[in-house]
Amino acid sequence: MDTALQPTRDIQEFLAEHARKELLRLVVVGSVDDGKSTLIGRLLYECDGLFEDQISAVRRATAKRAAANEGATHTSELLARGLQAAASAELPREEEIDFSLFTDGLRAEREQGITIDVAYRYFSTPRRKVIVADTPGHIQYTRNMATGASTADAAVILVDARLGVLPQTRRHAYIASLLGIPYLAVAVNKMDLVDFDRVIFERIGAELAEFARTLGFTQVRLFPVSASKGDNITRASARTPWHEGGTLLGWLESLPHQRRQDEAPFRFPVQYVLRPHLDYRGFAGQIASGTVRVGDEVMVLPSQRRTRVAAIDTFEGSLQEGSAPFSVTLRLADEVDVSRGDVIAHIAQPPRALQRLDAMLVWFGEQPLDGARRYLVKHTSRTVPATLEKILWRKDLENLTEVPAETLSLNDIGKVRLVCKRPLLCDPYQDNRTTGAFIVIDALTHDTVAAGMILGAAESESGAPTGSLVTARERRERLGQRGGVVLLPEAPEAEERAFQLERRLFDQGRHVTVVRGDTEVALTLAETGLIALLHTVAPQARRALRDQLRDAGLGGVELEPSAELDGWVRQVQAAQEKDS
Amino acid sequence: MSESSFSRLSHLSVLEAESIHILRETVAEFANPVMLYSIGKDSQVLLHLARKAFHPAPLPFPLLHVDTTWKFRDMYAFRDRFTAQHGFRLLVHQNRKALAEGMNPFDHGSQKYTHAVKTQALLEALAMHGFDAAFGGARRDEEKSRAKERVFSFRDRHGQWEPRRQRPELWNLYNGRIDTGESMRVFPLSNWTELDVWHYILEERIPVVPLYFAAERPVVERSGNLIMVDDERMRLKPGEHPVMKRVRFRTLGCYPLSGAIESSATTVEAVIDEMVNARQSERQGRLIDHDEEGSMELKKREGYF
Repeated sequence: MDTALQPTRDIQEFLAEHARKELLRLVVVGSVDDGKSTLIGRLLYECDGLFEDQISAVRRATAKRAAANEGATHTSELLARGLQAAASAELPREEEIDFSLFTDGLRAEREQGITIDVAYRYFSTPRRKVIVADTPGHIQYTRNMATGASTADAAVILVDARLGVLPQTRRHAYIASLLGIPYLAVAVNKMDLVDFDRVIFERIGAELAEFARTLGFTQVRLFPVSASKGDNITRASARTPWHEGGTLLGWLESLPHQRRQDEAPFRFPVQYVLRPHLDYRGFAGQIASGTVRVGDEVMVLPSQRRTRVAAIDTFEGSLQEGSAPFSVTLRLADEVDVSRGDVIAHIAQPPRALQRLDAMLVWFGEQPLDGARRYLVKHTSRTVPATLEKILWRKDLENLTEVPAETLSLNDIGKVRLVCKRPLLCDPYQDNRTTGAFIVIDALTHDTVAAGMILGAAESESGAPTGSLVTARERRERLGQRGGVVLLPEAPEAEERAFQLERRLFDQGRHVTVVRGDTEVALTLAETGLIALLHTVAPQARRALRDQLRDAGLGGVELEPSAELDGWVRQVQAAQEKDS
Repeated sequence: MSESSFSRLSHLSVLEAESIHILRETVAEFANPVMLYSIGKDSQVLLHLARKAFHPAPLPFPLLHVDTTWKFRDMYAFRDRFTAQHGFRLLVHQNRKALAEGMNPFDHGSQKYTHAVKTQALLEALAMHGFDAAFGGARRDEEKSRAKERVFSFRDRHGQWEPRRQRPELWNLYNGRIDTGESMRVFPLSNWTELDVWHYILEERIPVVPLYFAAERPVVERSGNLIMVDDERMRLKPGEHPVMKRVRFRTLGCYPLSGAIESSATTVEAVIDEMVNARQSERQGRLIDHDEEGSMELKKREGYF
């Protein structure tokens, strides 16, 4: 408990210390029964991450469970007596507490004694606030392991001293490296069950460390521990005098600060446009990387329009500069067209705009990857339809070799070629963990089916272009209008009124047409620059259309049910002006 | 946050930036979001963050108070004063049917009562207004089943949570895709702890209901909990006599179901001091959490926040 947080009477001093703490995100991984939950429970307990009532609840549950286990071999009468004993004051001492009970929170988990889903826990050390992702070891829940690893700055991987390095251990180390975690600690657990045998520790350590180094971790450290007994976790163990590597907690405290991204190229994905009144147009977002200053020359992508940063606004007032990871609002010197999904960057260091790209995927979908299926890629604040053109290879997680593959199934990891309907404004994942990452969503079921890490532009084969060579801007300039879909309200006379509106807009010089029912047709026409007047009786189509328009980067208007024809014409005109 | 702390990468400023990101992401992705407003300290922090996220524009969504009619009088007064002062749009929803039938926290047991006047009422309100996303101030450190909660938590057509079928959530990329009738609960304070919340309230000078601070209040002791007698509707058991004690609340709900603690903390600093040194979790005074093991999880599955 020596390094753990001690209550202090001087609250000012305590708060000053709390305010200085840095955030560290940690993921703990390992196979089933390697003791992850116990290790995390122990860390929380010894770092005062728990409250008295939580501790006494676990003490009671430990006693109850012990009584029940004892009773299982006896008669039900004995069991009842055991439970009675548990209910009375015979609570276990600290060294007998089942620390895993602090973390497994779901009923199904307690029933089965396994961890199903990733859970997040919190504790503090004198220097750090630590967010721990407690991840399942079971193979069928690999996706949850990747979930926990995606934001982690450091990983702890557990190995059972009796079993040594298992295939699952290698898989987890590989996934941790794939997701870009630089620091890895190997906790060789249950050392108490092998009499703290130095030879066993060093054999396992050497094997895993050698393997981990081939995966490119910045640092790999080894700790002989017993999660249930508390050796080398927050307190150095007298039972491993030969170990000179310190404690796990000491390691967590000594890690370099979370990777600062304020030195990297500036990336600002626009999340939301703030327009409270005509004189204010601010672009809200979280700085993904780098630093921006008032007066900086910037470029808006994908339009490549150049301008300067006029102001960096926050609730507290304007700043002269802002850095990752802060959420700010930028105002620009010129009236340039910027919307959600665009990226603002310095003119000298723009991100790449890739439509056809190679990426690593961790597949989560119950259904295997299907090249004919419609998927959506969500990347920073932009969501675009995409097809998975090709699987280049799949990683064989037993021996970590690359093997040919027709598809990717649940928990598979592979390299794929992706074709997006609009370009992603991105960097390789190894350079930027924010602008290099994406998720894949099944367009039909809306499930998140994969996590993606961008490698770079597709290595060209045929050189044949996959997208149109005519840009939306060129179409807009030629036609003098922006393509879009106008959705008529649901009404018996919708079709008739659609034709009346078409006539009016056509007479005003607009390129316009009526579409009945089919949202796909309306979208396609809108993409070629037309204004498609869509009427449909399917309520489902309305919501879907809004999403599709957004994904395609097209404008859309929903007409008010009560408005007269004149009102509708004005609504369409207003939308056209707003977008131009 | 003050200039000095903002320029540093302290964990509070990182949490703030993350929460603002989540708030903006939700508003950008959903057609009709709402913020659940329970008048508690977490609600106050969430609301403060929302003001920051959309400044200088007004909040792009209304607040929804699911009103059981059994909140403390101080809470209603605070709610009305605070929302009027900032010009927030406030919707108040009650399960009128259940209340008309006499549903109350004394006769029906906390389970049935909570289900009717909170869970049912919430689902009713969401359906009535067609809200497709609802912000809540829940934190993962509050309770074990909450530790498993995603930031974007998907609910089916019946408002239900299925822990086995949660969408994986990676990086800061939130999947906001839903079909008509489905909805999302969004928890921007997921990664905050109770200490973070109080520390932020202190730094940002965020106003909170006075019940969080110690004062002489009439209470009765009931199975180890100090229950405040807030109005004449309180049912006293034979032999129970309210006595004045210096108490405050760590968490606020319906007054007959919220246990007070004896305390002398009258400032935010003193509250933090007490919290750091007293090692009881904040929800131990929440009677509804302790009905049985796993009770929060069951409530959440049914649609409770």
